[in-house]
Amino acid sequence: MSYKIPTFRHPNLPKNDLGFTSKDYEGAVSTLCAGCGHDSISAAIIEACFEMSIPPHRVAKLSGIGCSSKTPTYFLGNSHGFNSVHGRMPSVATGANMANRDLLYIGVSGDGDTASIGMGQFIHAVRRNVNMVYICENNGVYGLTKGQDSATTDMGSISKKGEPNPLEPIDLCAISLQLGASFVANSFSGDKKQLIPIIKAAILHQGFAFINVISPCVTFNNVPGSTKGYDYIRQHMASTNTVDFVPPADEITTEYDPGTSEQVTMHDGSVINLHKIDDELDIHVRRSALKRIKDYKMEDKVLTGVLFIDEESKEVHETMNTTDVPLRSLTEKELCPGAASLEDINNLHR
Amino acid sequence: MKREIIINKFVIKFANVNGTGSASANKLFSKAIFRMGIPISPKNIFPSNIQGLPTWYEVRVNENGYLGRRGGIDIMVGINPQSMERDIGELEQGGYFIYDSTKPLSEDLMRHDIDVIGIPFTQHCREMYDDERKRQLFRNVMYVGSLAALLDMDMEVIKELIREQFRGKEKLIEPNFEALQKGYDIAKALPNCPIAYRVEKRDKVKDKILMDGNEACGLGAVYGGASVSAWYPITPSTSVIDNFNKYCRKFRTDPETGKKNYAIVQAEDELAAIGMVIGAAWNGARSFTATSGPGISLMNEFLGLAYFAEIPTVLVNVQRSGPSTGMPTRTQQSDILTCAYASHGDTKQVCLYPSTPKECFEHTAQAFDLAERLQTPIMILSDLDLGMNDTMSEPLKWDDSKEYDRGKVLTEEDLENMDERFGRYLDVDGDGIGYRTYPGTHPTKGSFFTRGTSKDEYAIYTESGEKYVENMQRLLHKWRTASELVPQPKIRKTDKPCTVGVIYYGTSEASTLEALTHLYRLHRVSLDSLGIKAFPFSDQIGQFIEEHDYVFVVEQNRDAQMRSLLINEYDLDPERLVPVLHYDGSPITARYIRHEIRDWILQTSTLPQRHRY
Repeated sequence: MSYKIPTFRHPNLPKNDLGFTSKDYEGAVSTLCAGCGHDSISAAIIEACFEMSIPPHRVAKLSGIGCSSKTPTYFLGNSHGFNSVHGRMPSVATGANMANRDLLYIGVSGDGDTASIGMGQFIHAVRRNVNMVYICENNGVYGLTKGQDSATTDMGSISKKGEPNPLEPIDLCAISLQLGASFVANSFSGDKKQLIPIIKAAILHQGFAFINVISPCVTFNNVPGSTKGYDYIRQHMASTNTVDFVPPADEITTEYDPGTSEQVTMHDGSVINLHKIDDELDIHVRRSALKRIKDYKMEDKVLTGVLFIDEESKEVHETMNTTDVPLRSLTEKELCPGAASLEDINNLHR
Repeated sequence: MKREIIINKFVIKFANVNGTGSASANKLFSKAIFRMGIPISPKNIFPSNIQGLPTWYEVRVNENGYLGRRGGIDIMVGINPQSMERDIGELEQGGYFIYDSTKPLSEDLMRHDIDVIGIPFTQHCREMYDDERKRQLFRNVMYVGSLAALLDMDMEVIKELIREQFRGKEKLIEPNFEALQKGYDIAKALPNCPIAYRVEKRDKVKDKILMDGNEACGLGAVYGGASVSAWYPITPSTSVIDNFNKYCRKFRTDPETGKKNYAIVQAEDELAAIGMVIGAAWNGARSFTATSGPGISLMNEFLGLAYFAEIPTVLVNVQRSGPSTGMPTRTQQSDILTCAYASHGDTKQVCLYPSTPKECFEHTAQAFDLAERLQTPIMILSDLDLGMNDTMSEPLKWDDSKEYDRGKVLTEEDLENMDERFGRYLDVDGDGIGYRTYPGTHPTKGSFFTRGTSKDEYAIYTESGEKYVENMQRLLHKWRTASELVPQPKIRKTDKPCTVGVIYYGTSEASTLEALTHLYRLHRVSLDSLGIKAFPFSDQIGQFIEEHDYVFVVEQNRDAQMRSLLINEYDLDPERLVPVLHYDGSPITARYIRHEIRDWILQTSTLPQRHRY
């Protein structure tokens, strides 16, 4: 059961531009297992929102069912949350986004919730380019039902049950790229330095921003032989780039050597700096990202970082040409055509 | 032999091949009669197919205004050789078989108790037109012309309709007139023209309109203020969204920017469709979906979430014949139980049962008020018969002074002035309904977590059995509140005390009420009647059953689903409710209901035992 966090905080906690401290972005205490990767991701979300001075109530957090989907309770306690049904968060988030295009939507899901029961909805949310951040907390195992293999478990990976997984995994980053996702990143829950700026970039992205975060399950899939355990990921993780984030008002002061850094300007004028580690990856070319994912896999490595970004993409409201204000704010005046029009319609049916 | 002339009272049926353009010609014919001031009720009987299979169009013409199906066919227009044997067999004695005699009727199909009129439509068209498509299309207009002569109709009315149809494409008017006149002239020259069935001008239509229920539902959603719609195509509900789209484009497009004051998402499946509706409603927009039986099955899990998490959701279910894919282009009222108790666990869902296009419009518009007031799913249970057939109806009405009832929603100001802790599921007013907040309202107050899991009054997850029971009891209390807000039953009492009653709902209304008229006229049997308009049942329904020794329940499904629902909700002795069931996929007829009730009453020497508790 969730309980309240002690209210005492250090009186000199730093405040952000809105005057909030990081405490204002926290949620209830987590009930997940100690050491769960998911808690690190929650912390990264809190940190990203705090640093970006996002008003907590302007965020809506949504999830499906599973360990990962429990986490929205554990961050942004001043935001509305919606823990929906298994695998169906994308549709609820799409509908919510239709009603009010002005909020920030953060969807949290897991590998079962996304790659198995929710695959259909995930794919179509990508395809529509719903303006949201979609974080898949990927641990390659069904935690809440105690240790079954999931669709992202690597072939041959051995879970706590001791059976090697006989099936090919679904690579969610690759699939998102193929489906035309406009922002795709891969990261690791244990790498806060990489994850926080990726989340910030995803928040700024207009359109569907997909972040696959490898998030070890300490209880069921953190054993030797597992490819989603802490040891394995730490040994096999390779970064394509590191990211830092410059808010719109700030001046870019650091100079980078040409060829090693790339600046991507987001729609609100802020800039993300990508420090290239891998020269071969062009993050504006979908095929390049797909190729590099495969190359690294061949070398038994997991490629992390921002893999692809299309900052010109059109999010769903633009393709649908809906009005600029939230649809939910419309009243009888805009919505109801009135009695005289109805009488005209009657006349056409006489 | 001199035949009695029957004016404005007959049933005519057209047997066509689908995909040949016959639908618009048939509609032209029925609309002309409507324009001549005579009530009609056309029924499309079509296959789940795009081209090449038999399709029928049955029109009841009745100046008394009986709009249900009567039963039996007086005039059959046989244009489809595939179905001719069956078509000719369906005619009443003394009926007319008017057919395309390009290929003469084989001797073994001939019936001698009917009149057969052969007109070689195809042959005439072959002579008049070179183009194959023209031959097919104008053959349809030609038989309308022939019928105008045979039934002694006003050609000017038909011509006016053609002019209206081709407004903006005037070039097409003259060729249509030509085909129409040709058909008229050929038939006029026949010795038995006009036939014994005639159409004469009347003034029985008044200000009524001819509209299908799906258009009325689509309009109801526009007027009810739906701004988000998500759906997945399925017969027979698709045209609800088509019409919503059409009228939104017309009325909700900003004239300056061209931007839309609405969003329609064609979802990847019904699960996603209802998920989007729930997401949008949770976020404060009026939203709805339209579907049919298979979609309802898929939406069940989400309907449970909307019930338990208390999210206003509007769903139009245009029922078709089940189970499974069933007969997808045939009608039924067979989702009564699955909707009433939709989803696993203890649930009760609000259902509305419109009988006419006007009710489709009103129920759909009202559903948004009810959903937001009651914070629960509202399902409108139409069916294929009402949804897809033009139905004569009172005109649609709207009161411009009406404001939407957005239910209990706290604003930023409300929250700012609030000292106590906000509890989403606290029953502050004692009606079982808590206060909602929309996401994004206030920086520090009013946020809560929506979930399908058990929670306390403050929306905090709990596995406490006590809290769970409290919450479930509050939902029951809300259910009682709902029974007073939903549309109330329509009760008609005979002028004498009456021990037997009839209950009907939805599209069984017109045929049931007609059957009651004839039961009195022919057998001097008078029965009280009650039309159920909504679930939860109002107290008046229980009272009505209580007042009668026994009650017939007329419905269009095999398992007497409404009867089961009544028995279950009122804990009634099943013997007091006598099922009258019709479920072959065609709309129930007045004749069938009359015979069933008559036979039961005549056979039942002693009344069913009435148990008292």
